[in-house]
Amino acid sequence: MVWYVDQDKLENVAIGAGILGTGGGGNPYYGKLHVKRLLDEGARVAVVEPDAVPDDALVVSVGAMGAPTVGIERISRGDESLVALRALEEHLGRRATHLIPGEIGGGNSTRPMAVGAMAGLPVIDGDGMGRAFPELQMDTFAIYGVSVTPAALADIYHNTVVFPHLADAVTLERYARAVTVQMGGAAGYAFPAMSGAEARRTAVPMTLTLAERIGATVRDARWAHRDPIAAVLAVAGGQVLFRGKVIDVVRRMAAGFARGSLTLDGLAADRGARMTVDFQNENLIAHRDGAVAAVVPDLICLVDAETAAPITTEVVRYGLRVAVLGIPAPAMLKTERALAVIGPAAFGYPDVPFTPLSGDYGGDMPAARPAATTA
Amino acid sequence: MRIGIDVGGTNTDAVLMDGRDVVTWSKRPTTGNVIDGITAALRHVLDHPDVSPRDIDAVMIGTTHFTNAVVQRRGLDRTAVIRLGLPATQSIPPLTDWPDELRRAIGGQALMLHGGYQYDGRVITPLDPQEIRSAARRLAAEDVASVAIVSVFSPVSPDHEVAAAEILAGELPNAAITLSHQIGRLGLLERENAAALNACLASLARQTIGAYGRALEELGIVAPLYLSQNDGTLMTAAFAARYPVLTFASGPTNSMRGAAVLSGGADAIVLDIGGTTTDGGALVRGFPREASFEVQVGGVRTNFRMPDVASVGLGGGSIVEYGGQVVGPVSVGYRITDEALVFGGRTVTATDVAVAAGRAQIGRLALAMDLPADLVDRALRVIDERVAALVDSLKTSPSPAPVIVVGGGNVLVGDSIEGASEVIRPAHAAVANAIGAAIAQVSGEIDRIFSMEGRTREGVLEAARAEAVALAGEAGADPATVEIVEVDEIPLAYLPSNALRVRMKSVGELKG
Repeated sequence: MVWYVDQDKLENVAIGAGILGTGGGGNPYYGKLHVKRLLDEGARVAVVEPDAVPDDALVVSVGAMGAPTVGIERISRGDESLVALRALEEHLGRRATHLIPGEIGGGNSTRPMAVGAMAGLPVIDGDGMGRAFPELQMDTFAIYGVSVTPAALADIYHNTVVFPHLADAVTLERYARAVTVQMGGAAGYAFPAMSGAEARRTAVPMTLTLAERIGATVRDARWAHRDPIAAVLAVAGGQVLFRGKVIDVVRRMAAGFARGSLTLDGLAADRGARMTVDFQNENLIAHRDGAVAAVVPDLICLVDAETAAPITTEVVRYGLRVAVLGIPAPAMLKTERALAVIGPAAFGYPDVPFTPLSGDYGGDMPAARPAATTA
Repeated sequence: MRIGIDVGGTNTDAVLMDGRDVVTWSKRPTTGNVIDGITAALRHVLDHPDVSPRDIDAVMIGTTHFTNAVVQRRGLDRTAVIRLGLPATQSIPPLTDWPDELRRAIGGQALMLHGGYQYDGRVITPLDPQEIRSAARRLAAEDVASVAIVSVFSPVSPDHEVAAAEILAGELPNAAITLSHQIGRLGLLERENAAALNACLASLARQTIGAYGRALEELGIVAPLYLSQNDGTLMTAAFAARYPVLTFASGPTNSMRGAAVLSGGADAIVLDIGGTTTDGGALVRGFPREASFEVQVGGVRTNFRMPDVASVGLGGGSIVEYGGQVVGPVSVGYRITDEALVFGGRTVTATDVAVAAGRAQIGRLALAMDLPADLVDRALRVIDERVAALVDSLKTSPSPAPVIVVGGGNVLVGDSIEGASEVIRPAHAAVANAIGAAIAQVSGEIDRIFSMEGRTREGVLEAARAEAVALAGEAGADPATVEIVEVDEIPLAYLPSNALRVRMKSVGELKG
């Protein structure tokens, strides 16, 4: 199945991607406006389901990396990722046939659409996380064995850096971060490159459709004055973990990441209870009255209690009235192999076992298909 | 003594204050040309036998005039936006997300030129004076009257905006120029939008604020004139004439600041109960808590610091239905003096219930005495529950907080509210906004990214503090009274480069 991005679907994807960002991932607003302009200028972007991608396709994940604070001020030139893609193609001696988002949560949900619009390439309906994570080694491409190199980065001046070979994704994370700082704190990326068969095996499928459906149902619910939070959960799967008011936010910097925690006092049915949520860019673990209520890789999403608008860890503050949503992670993130990279221990909670939330990521959607087998 | 004036949609209020005491006040209808209403309100307070125009030390005006001009797309200048940042930022040109008719109303000129800074103060590209001169000539040919200049990371370094303005002024001597670093914080699009909104108000601001000054002169007042800003602090008339956009949310802010002064409360919930709605907000250290979401003004996304106000459809004119089970949101509004029972009308309103229950003495009590006792009880319970829910949603901690009630409908609330430590009903509550304007302080605010290279966090915060205090001094604060009221530090996520974004605000008492 193929669908085409239009203004309406774009708006929906941006809303859904904000919620799936689990507090981080950057604001989808900027990528959305860029794609909107390209569509206005006549571009067409096709979104194709993974099963329709041929084995010998050359699939490249493209997007932007860096500090969201830079991204909202030094807005992108727009073609950084395309320039990185061209550098990667030059290195490979082959042209890409398909693009895929690295993470559906946050800003990188829409950036492949912009590159697709400029390069005339289709975008695969899937991504490498099904949510957002802070580091490059945390995508399912890397977890399930796709080589991280060659990898390319480009900046606003079209300076490009290609890494022909690096030991592993953690090394790429370190090297790419260092280059990004030199590039002014934000850069366009193109990596990893993979075959169509690899993309089908390693991507979390149908997540653009999931984001689009979440956005559509939120907008419908707001318009019809129905509860948008219930609408989100009906599409995404999952449950309301807590309703309350933010009474404290503590932030600190650790190795370049904004770590911290927030405390909520219960309202309505949760009156008298308390929830804390720890975050490292994204929300990691939620405790209710001291007991674990949800933990990474399950999705812990803060949304406005009235509108279901996502609340990121950068803007969360004292006094906000929120609902904490717990959405079960895609099955592919819950395998032993995945949990070693993105489970509680990987984020500094070695003593917390991963106890999955009940239900399926994406509810009835095919996105919740069984976990990949390892190659 | 100071005079505070609030120009609202319906009424123009003025108060004369001696320190924190209200000497006299007046409420007059707002007039079509605004100035006549202000003059009438001023004349009334100056009629006070103990007051001569010479006794006035300062006049403060809070106005919604400029917000309304944008919302109604009236009297806006032909405006251009010049963004300095190439080759960055091209993915989203200026004015991209504006409503079409507002973009058309200001002429919609948008240019992207070289210049701007990286987060660490490095230059993106040098400014190109020739490029700016030729842009200026194009704008002159388009009859552009006002220009907003916006450089990437101008909160880190304003130099390119300042230099571009000098070149532009040479080519377009009659154009008004707005510099974005004077207005906003980090967030290019939002700051740029605010700068463009400001630019399109240039002529209107010059004329309006000029007229305020002449009105004062005609009444023999020689004191300096100030305008209220969004955050409840003051700017000089000369600065306001150049930066009218900073008045946008001064209304609710002044009302909350006024409530704070009237009651002496620093941390409290404020309820402004009108005829149709109740607006609630929280005072934190005497200032309104701010909203954390982007704020739309006239359909344009900005990052102004707006007070976090929640509204419910409950006021003095709320209609009571279903035997008292429903109170509001439908209201008789300004027709209350015809339609409410206590005024001889036939509609049961929240005011009638309050009168029947002895909470208020308004109109004729006898006309409300026929209301069934169980209806009055039920309606009061509904009112109290809705007020309590609003208070609870505004509180910042579970412990009971003082609640200050102002506005004409304040009589709806009894002497206790669930979750409130006390209910404070200050005198002169009806003119709280004008009082808020009169007692306002001046502020200095910075929002910048500091490099931590070779510095400690404490060192960075100390540098930021010194800058914020100096800015308040430049704005007219008495240095001895300046204190830091807000500190917000945000490490730059996803970058191991040791940079810290610091937002800091200082306030102090006006000198003299």
